[in-house]
Amino acid sequence: MTDRPLTKNIDMTRAPFDIGQYRAAGGYASVEKMLKTMAPGDVLDLVKISGLKGRGGAGFPTGLKWSFVPMGESAPKTKYLVVNADEMEPGTFKDRLLMEGDPHLLLEGMMIAAYTIQASTAYIFLRGEYLQAEKLLKNAIAEAHGKGLLGKNIQGSGFDLEIILHTSAGRYICGEETALLNALEGKRANPRAKPPFPQVSGLWGKPTIVNNVETLCNLPGIVNYGIEWYKGLGLGADAGTKLCGVSGRVKNPGCWELPLGTPIRELLEDKAGGMCDGYQLRAFLPGGGSTDFLLPEHLDLTLDYDVIGKAGSRLATGTMIVLDDQTCPVGMVGNLMKFFSHESCGWCTPCRDGLPWIDEIFQRFEKGGGLESDMQVLTDHLEYLGPGRTFCALAPGAMAPLGSALRHFRDDFHDHIHGGGCPWQR
Amino acid sequence: MNIIATSSARPVARALTVEEKHEIDHEMTLYPDKKAVGLEALKIVQKHQGWVSDESLMAVAEYLGMSAHELDGVATFFNLIFRRPVGRNVILFCDSVSCWIMGCDGIKDHISKRLGIDYGQTTADGEYTLLPVPCLGDCDRAPVMLMDGEQHRNLTPEKIDQIFSQRAKNK
Repeated sequence: MTDRPLTKNIDMTRAPFDIGQYRAAGGYASVEKMLKTMAPGDVLDLVKISGLKGRGGAGFPTGLKWSFVPMGESAPKTKYLVVNADEMEPGTFKDRLLMEGDPHLLLEGMMIAAYTIQASTAYIFLRGEYLQAEKLLKNAIAEAHGKGLLGKNIQGSGFDLEIILHTSAGRYICGEETALLNALEGKRANPRAKPPFPQVSGLWGKPTIVNNVETLCNLPGIVNYGIEWYKGLGLGADAGTKLCGVSGRVKNPGCWELPLGTPIRELLEDKAGGMCDGYQLRAFLPGGGSTDFLLPEHLDLTLDYDVIGKAGSRLATGTMIVLDDQTCPVGMVGNLMKFFSHESCGWCTPCRDGLPWIDEIFQRFEKGGGLESDMQVLTDHLEYLGPGRTFCALAPGAMAPLGSALRHFRDDFHDHIHGGGCPWQR
Repeated sequence: MNIIATSSARPVARALTVEEKHEIDHEMTLYPDKKAVGLEALKIVQKHQGWVSDESLMAVAEYLGMSAHELDGVATFFNLIFRRPVGRNVILFCDSVSCWIMGCDGIKDHISKRLGIDYGQTTADGEYTLLPVPCLGDCDRAPVMLMDGEQHRNLTPEKIDQIFSQRAKNK
């Protein structure tokens, strides 16, 4: 047993384990155990009770997501598992670590998920810029094939599985699961209307589960060591561990596997070494670019989905972006608005037209030419682009840092508008 | 007013090379639908030709049994499919939030000054094209850029000088 099930094999100073080393370290034991002793429904129950929540950002319970897939004799014969490895949330670098550090762990997790929903084809949707991960995953898939862990009738179980690696070509919207499915079908990656949900009608109209890389990497441990162990890993209400990252002006930026429920202060001060000399913490985005700013007063909150949620933000990807006292908060939000504006797929009007409008306002704030009335326009957009007003979660996600910045950094906005541009010497 | 373009001005599909066809055929075995390999096929063509010309786009569309317009809708959607010629090396420079906090704007200016190109431009010798790229997912080692399949991390002006001097020497 281990208390770091996601990273126990990871040592970035050497190459990741090949299949021999991986198996020697206990790898693929969960698949052997599952194929010999568990029916798909057993695995589903196990994952449901484990309390595993999706690690891609939304935090939806994984077992519940799986439970909507039609099963049994009357279910469609073709089903798909798709891995969302299109990591592109600003400030997020956790799935890269898993894929570059221990590619076989992802494959092992995929085998468990595919078996549970009885999918015999699985696609990994990898972002095109992750070239090292592409090379390592390709190699790992070939190795698993060579050892009879993929292909037809795996280990005499009657279960078949092929894993296919798809590399994308750079668009943030592909991380939205229905946009991802359109991209995989060779179409423009616009999101689809829901319902129907992918679990019922997904890739090429077949039942499909889309799971994040880190989510899947949790599965081998759950199957190997069980629910009590998994729940025991968390320190608070949430089960398991989470990859947590810190970027910005801290002494030791990086990514670590921590028990859920760890205080944020421990991540920032013990792991990331605290702020760089001469810099103070002003605020932070706790889980990537589309989360609300939290303040130094929130440092003693714990890394739990509900705890961060109650504080008005989201744990989301768990990768924290730190704003120091010598970086312009308006400029930081402006950078995020440019990103979201550029990455809007253009499918629905509020997002397509609203985000460039916001971006234009921030450009004026920067150069001079900001108006007091711009503040009202920005505030109005929080509603126009909020949840329920757009086709997918991209624009509401963009409104999270904007809305919280308008609350916390009002004076900075005022200085930009009345001081003829950005007052910060960069 | 003559609204019909002369046939000589209109691009026509070129012939795909044996190698390109071979690689596209392999991709087709991985998906249940020919159209699904559109993006993969464009990437294959781009790998061999450097970019996706109208002639290449039409050739791929024809090969996959789809309209050129439909395929162009896919080609123009993705950041990394180039529908205009690019330099032999494309610099994908991350300008997202963590890199911005760590001073990527200054690094970008340094590259621009050194190479004489802004975003979207190519050096006169056809060696480099500079493009901004959304978050490269390497935020703990910001600022970063991806060039020629290699990720360059913790960038400083000195490091940029080193990288490009070394490349000029090796040429």
